[in-house]
Amino acid sequence: MKISTMKDLLDAEVLCCEENLGRHVYSACGCDLMSDVLAYVKDQAVLLTGLVNPQVIRTAEMMDMVCIVFVRSKLPTEEMLNLAKDSGIVIMQTKKRLYEACGILYSNGLVGNKAKNE
Amino acid sequence: MSEELVFHFDVDGEDFTSAGQASVQIKKILRRLGLSPEIIRRVSIAMYEGEINMVIHAGGGVADVRVFEDYIELVLKDKGPGISDINKAMQEGYSTATDTIRSLGFGAGMGLPNMKRYSDTMEINSVVGEGTEIKMRVNIR
Ligand SMILES: Nc1ncnc2c1ncn2[C@@H]1O[C@H](COP(=O)(O)OP(=O)(O)OP(=O)(O)O)[C@@H](O)[C@H]1O
Ligand SMILES: [Mg+2]
Repeated sequence: MKISTMKDLLDAEVLCCEENLGRHVYSACGCDLMSDVLAYVKDQAVLLTGLVNPQVIRTAEMMDMVCIVFVRSKLPTEEMLNLAKDSGIVIMQTKKRLYEACGILYSNGLVGNKAKNE
Repeated sequence: MSEELVFHFDVDGEDFTSAGQASVQIKKILRRLGLSPEIIRRVSIAMYEGEINMVIHAGGGVADVRVFEDYIELVLKDKGPGISDINKAMQEGYSTATDTIRSLGFGAGMGLPNMKRYSDTMEINSVVGEGTEIKMRVNIR
């Protein structure tokens, strides 16, 4: 799925790295606990989360993720956006809640674990 | 000539928002050195977990990264409270993190096991009341 398709499906607003909206992603994860992202994520390129702090961006960067979606209209700080820009990570924000946002993407073909579906 | 490359970082324990900075920097450096994405990912995740631990459990510390021809060595040193039972601390799910730390997205008790998983060797030396030193190696070939 293209990141731009995610944006449309989630009715989201892009906050940085718009130039990377054309990138393709194949799996995602929804999580508020960065410990779990670090321990369990494999190749998921997208993180949906309700947690807002700079460690969200750094964790995504460590995991080579390419897009972060903040749910429930949570707004990242300027500092966080600068970190994301530095790494080319697309940041977007949606009014939807975590469960709903994940459900929409999943039912449109963006799975949780790529390996299982190949 | 196989002089190793050495990188030193001071990890600030006062400011949680800056936790992880050193790991982001190391990741950039390793990319510039042209290492494989797999190696870069393993090193940076191991370092990030260790760096976050120093901030949330030990009030900060120092990190030294040495890049040798065959392996990368990470040494994380702090003067925190130390770890009294290392075997217990190594168990998945064991954590002494407070609710505040959990509300920041950490404290699942997964960091140390994750560091072990992503490194080829890991050694912990800790003295209660004095501090902790963790040495990890990731083989390049
Ligand atoms: N540098 C350290 N100094 C003192 N205690 C530590 C240090 N690192 C880890 N510990 C202790 O070991 C426990 C387990 O660490 P571990 O990294 O596995 O989990 P955590 O940091 O609590 O949670 P997570 O890493 O999942 O966010 C910690 O809760 C803490 O009690
Ligand atoms: Mg930890």
